[in-house]
Amino acid sequence: MQSLRWRIIIALTVLVLGLAYMLPSLPGVQGSSLAKFLPGDSINLGLDLKGGIHLTLGVDLDTALENNLDRIGDDLKAVAKEDDIYLLRPTVMPGDKIQAILLKKEQQEAFEEIVKKNFESLKIDGTEAMDDGRVRYVFGITTEYRKYFTKMTMEQAIKTIRNRIDQFGVAEPDIRRQEGNRIQIQLPGIQDPERAIKLIGRTAHLEFKLVDETANPQGALPPGSAIYQMQRRLANGTYAESPIVLKKDTVLTGEFITNAYVSYDRNVPYVGINFDNKGSRIFERLTGDNVGKRMAIVLDGKVYSAPTIQDKISGGRASITGHFTDEEARDLAVVLRAGSLPAPINILEQRTVGPSLGQESIDKGIQSAYIGMIAVLVFMVIYYGIAGAIADLVLVLNIMLIMAGLAAFGATLTLPGIAGIILTIGMAVDANVIIFERIREELRRGLTARAAIDEGYGKATLTIFDANVTTVIAAVILYNFGTGPIRGFAVTLTLGIITSMFTAIFVSRILFDAYVKNRADSTKLSI
Amino acid sequence: MGLQFIKPDTNIDFIGFRKIAFIISILVILAGVGSLILKGGPKYGIDFAGGMIVQVKTDNPVEVKELKEALKEVELPGMVVQSFGQEGDNEYLIRTSSSDITSAEVRDQVSSALSANLKNAKYEIQRLEMVGPKVGADLRSKALEAMFYAVLFIAIYISGRFEQRWMAAAIMAGGLIGGQWVLGFTGLDIGWTIIGMLFITVGLCWYLRLNYALGAVVALIHDVMITVGIFSILGKEFDLTIIAALLTIIGYSLNDTIIVFDRIRENIKGQDKANFGSLINKSINQTLSRTILTSGTTLLVVLSLFVLGGGVIHDFALALLIGIGVGTYSSIFVASPILLGFGPATIEEEGDKATA
Repeated sequence: MQSLRWRIIIALTVLVLGLAYMLPSLPGVQGSSLAKFLPGDSINLGLDLKGGIHLTLGVDLDTALENNLDRIGDDLKAVAKEDDIYLLRPTVMPGDKIQAILLKKEQQEAFEEIVKKNFESLKIDGTEAMDDGRVRYVFGITTEYRKYFTKMTMEQAIKTIRNRIDQFGVAEPDIRRQEGNRIQIQLPGIQDPERAIKLIGRTAHLEFKLVDETANPQGALPPGSAIYQMQRRLANGTYAESPIVLKKDTVLTGEFITNAYVSYDRNVPYVGINFDNKGSRIFERLTGDNVGKRMAIVLDGKVYSAPTIQDKISGGRASITGHFTDEEARDLAVVLRAGSLPAPINILEQRTVGPSLGQESIDKGIQSAYIGMIAVLVFMVIYYGIAGAIADLVLVLNIMLIMAGLAAFGATLTLPGIAGIILTIGMAVDANVIIFERIREELRRGLTARAAIDEGYGKATLTIFDANVTTVIAAVILYNFGTGPIRGFAVTLTLGIITSMFTAIFVSRILFDAYVKNRADSTKLSI
Repeated sequence: MGLQFIKPDTNIDFIGFRKIAFIISILVILAGVGSLILKGGPKYGIDFAGGMIVQVKTDNPVEVKELKEALKEVELPGMVVQSFGQEGDNEYLIRTSSSDITSAEVRDQVSSALSANLKNAKYEIQRLEMVGPKVGADLRSKALEAMFYAVLFIAIYISGRFEQRWMAAAIMAGGLIGGQWVLGFTGLDIGWTIIGMLFITVGLCWYLRLNYALGAVVALIHDVMITVGIFSILGKEFDLTIIAALLTIIGYSLNDTIIVFDRIRENIKGQDKANFGSLINKSINQTLSRTILTSGTTLLVVLSLFVLGGGVIHDFALALLIGIGVGTYSSIFVASPILLGFGPATIEEEGDKATA
């Protein structure tokens, strides 16, 4: 009994803390003068409750690696050339390999030295002397490089996506890398999901290529040229495509862009871009060397425009015109500013919930929780009398602590999470029922009220502990293997079990001890 | 004292009913398995099978037939239109099995078809979900893994906690990890691997005479099988929330079983060990009051979810309703009789405990 005071102090401390953490989540308290004295955290609502987009994206690492090998091959040729070693244009082969043909057999040693010195990522998989004195090399990539490449590509993809989303202005985006090549994105409260998805998934690989004026799209193509599709927006809003022949070599890419913005020319929007110093120099030389020729602006493999170069352009500015709508121009500026994705991206999973559905779900969920809870509360008082009222009191306290816990840990409340709370109500009642039934048994054996309570709590506590530990095991596993909403359920269930152990064993014991304090010799209890 | 549903001197012979109970259980399980075989396995929702769902809400009631008519020109593979939630919600689901088309295309096609052909009602697209086939398969194997590990860890915990035989529990864990490793080589589908693992679990419990764990594990496999079977018979779909419900059922079923077992363990101390059956009966009767009250209050809450919770959690609540009912039944009629079946060993081992 001595310790009753201390137990009351502990219980009250938890109660006050719980109240402080729970209150900010109530709609009436937010923004009121009371809110200033409370912690700032309120309960995070899941996407299923407030509406928004959940996306799982798969980064196409294979394509990214292939493109990268292509670049490495070009480098290889260029670096070797500096030492007067000549290679046929290296090609990428299936299985992430590069094939390169060395023209002169006697340069083998020097060539291998260059590879070893400059290309740590490559390993020689095989050499084969050919009849005409040439040597065929097959290069593979080292496992370290593959790991490094995967990591870099994923990091860059996430960074680029984050930049784009930031530009889009979403309040609390959640972007995280998942196992393998997957990225998970959650965007709460988005109004126009399709536009957001388009913006995120666009590769935005910008290239400048020269138009091959000598070739005819219908005729045979000269080596080094290829057919592209030029896109044109018609007056009715649809697009038409026409073939155009471009030189394969890319003269400039989007990697030198420092800024992109929307401007208007006679009310027609276009996207202006600024280059950094290096980009400006390349662009100046390029335009100077090709006056009178046409230069195509290629975005993600589609030609947007192919203006004729009138004059040398210095100052590092260029513009992309292409009969855009305002929105298209804005989105294009966003993706160019945010940088291009290092690899194409596929949408593997998409869940879009409209805000109205979220509101309806939460209303119904909360309503059914209230009704279920009230039914239980009424039942407990009818069945157990004053003891039932004590159980009810700690039950309400329990729910408050769950809410406080959710807010304090920054956990997310989802619809299955509400179901988890409701289930916890059932389980919390269980703890009290186990205790009460034990006390009843002990009273029947003729123990005094106080002794029966001591015995009842003592024997029930272990049982409750065993029963709850198994549920916590299930919940922890659920959390580890689950995704989104299921995790929410696991969190509320775990939180609910922990708080119910505290309230049903610790707090209710205080109330019982206080209740029998002055009737130690009685054998009667309202239970 | 307040109300009492169960008189303190109640003594129902539960163990005496065990044969009838086994027959009932086996029949229900067979019906479920039969339904699964007839229907070619569980009916997976888009979470596991991949595909797309568009949820549409209209301001006026619309017949599903009318909606189908309006969407006729939208040619989506395997398109199904169905009403959703309760009557008066005016909510409908349009599903397609394909995830080749983009969600934007589906949204556009559905909107334009509905705007053109749905004359009497305004509509709103409330939800659109797309799951690719690869992600679906991943989610499925993850969900199965979660169920399996839940059972494994719980079996180990019970063996250690109830019989203080942590060594035996450790041997079981080792055996299971080894078994999983071996099964990994067979290259079987994750579903079969898990069925194999469950057999190993039950076999190990039996061999190592981990009787409490055996009773509890068999009871919860029983509960999950019955719930899955009833879901299959009712033609309900399995998605992520149903897995959450199944795991909750596992937790709840164990909760119930453990409280009965706890009482059995307590009653064993200083008792005449000859009549284990009547000891079990006594324990079940002593905890009967609690069992009925807890199941009753939990069912009350879940029932409120089922009736009032709205379409999104309707099936979730249904799974919980079935599972909690079956879980209560199994702790009395399945778990305890199994403990009895292997009982005498348990009592003898009480004496060896110190050396174990």
